Amino acid sequence: MTYNGYITETQIKGSDDGPLADATVAVKDNISTEGVPTTCGSAMLDDYVPPYDATVVTRLKDAGATIPGKTNMDEFGMGTTTETSAFGPTENPAAEGHVPGGSSGGSAAVVAAGDADLALGTDTGGSVRCPAAFCGVVGIKPTYGLVSRYGLVAYANSLEQIGPLAPTVEEAAELLEVIAGPDEHDATTRNATERGADYDFAAAADGDVSGLSIGVPTELVEGADEEVVETFWSAIDDLEAGGATYHEVDLPSVEHAVEAYYVIAMSEASSNLARFDGVRYGQSGGYDGNWNETFARSREEGFGEEVKSRVLLGTYALSAGYHDKYYKQAQDARAWIKREFDEALSEADVLASPTMPVTPMAMGESLSDPLKMYLADANTTPVNLANLPAISVPAGETDDDLPVGLQFVGPAFGETEIIRAGSALA
Amino acid sequence: MSEPAVDTEEVSHVADLARVDLADDELELFAEQFADILAYFETLDEVPEVEREPELTNVMRPDEVKESLGQNAALQNAEETEDGYFKGPRVS
Repeated sequence: MTYNGYITETQIKGSDDGPLADATVAVKDNISTEGVPTTCGSAMLDDYVPPYDATVVTRLKDAGATIPGKTNMDEFGMGTTTETSAFGPTENPAAEGHVPGGSSGGSAAVVAAGDADLALGTDTGGSVRCPAAFCGVVGIKPTYGLVSRYGLVAYANSLEQIGPLAPTVEEAAELLEVIAGPDEHDATTRNATERGADYDFAAAADGDVSGLSIGVPTELVEGADEEVVETFWSAIDDLEAGGATYHEVDLPSVEHAVEAYYVIAMSEASSNLARFDGVRYGQSGGYDGNWNETFARSREEGFGEEVKSRVLLGTYALSAGYHDKYYKQAQDARAWIKREFDEALSEADVLASPTMPVTPMAMGESLSDPLKMYLADANTTPVNLANLPAISVPAGETDDDLPVGLQFVGPAFGETEIIRAGSALA
Repeated sequence: MSEPAVDTEEVSHVADLARVDLADDELELFAEQFADILAYFETLDEVPEVEREPELTNVMRPDEVKESLGQNAALQNAEETEDGYFKGPRVS
């Protein structure tokens, strides 16, 4: 396994029959699997073995799926390239020498390489859609509350959702059907049928875009690389040929999405990762003495650089004197973005943009400049801030054979809309 | 407030609040990176005040006794345990 897609290879067998009885479904290593290590790509948890299954894992097993392994990821989901993993970077099987995207890079890579039929990832600011785009596969970030987060090791609770990766839109939709639905263990889950929606996702993958109205947010196209923009418009041409229409929309609020996202995600991370004290689980230095000092030493050893950086920045943003300046303003930006998306989606069935403004980076290229890496999340982060569903589908390749993804964003619990639109392309 | 200048002392203070020890080279690296990142966060100043819909509501239910994780399972990942409890560092 030269591209390093799995952290742990295993064979977790599901029940004998069910909709996924013939399928292998790889699971990102921040989703709890009873009796099988779940590391979050971190040295902090390198020997952590969960005593229970995440709800999505229970649902996979009930649906008959076989789980062939736990996939590599940026440490605690913090990265856009799958290079911050304590278990080494994953290489992109669809573009040798390049990153697979992140943070669910291992999940996208094993699907792209054909080593798993399907995979689960998690998407906090684009972590399913980015690797789907970079590896030339399909990825869905569900509406916030569609899929249970019980058993997912939290990074930023108010933003993240577990979502499927697959070679085609129809297969991704089938997997989403299995994992979606309310869960008594996650109070943020919602029943889509009470919101006028349904769970017939696979049936929506009929490729019929006749009459579909597509809004294209200019801000999400203008900043992208030239070759990405060309590939994007040629996919829009294909959709037009299928009977869809498009119009451009202005969403000035999205210009602030990346900074709002990082302030909120880092703030939530600083609180969520406080649980790793080396006492109940995780790396313990075995030190004695002042509790706070031993705690701080265990965390120095257990966390990698990007995780420390984000925990510190989140602590800073929430600290006395800075809370109003950073966190409160980020929440204002979030409300603004949400309102503009809702308005744009009242005049279009879906919104479309390139998933990523850039093509897959060469391995090692972006590690030394975190801000540059953050800016690559410009098109994906607004969707998490607005709690909306989105899908990334392969739109074509550049002249250098690098995959380009197209993102459709739909209204809350409008998964069927984005699945139908996406199925016209993949 | 203008450009946030971040020095190693400030990084060290925040690291202390966050309970994360840092090596000297990490202090210097973070001081440099945080200056750029915080300057970028400053652009949030341009965000207009937005009326937020009160979207979040408390979801309450009565407490019920249910099956839960057993004590042994809950303790299985702890470095040290004693008499069915987690054992923390000795405080001198």
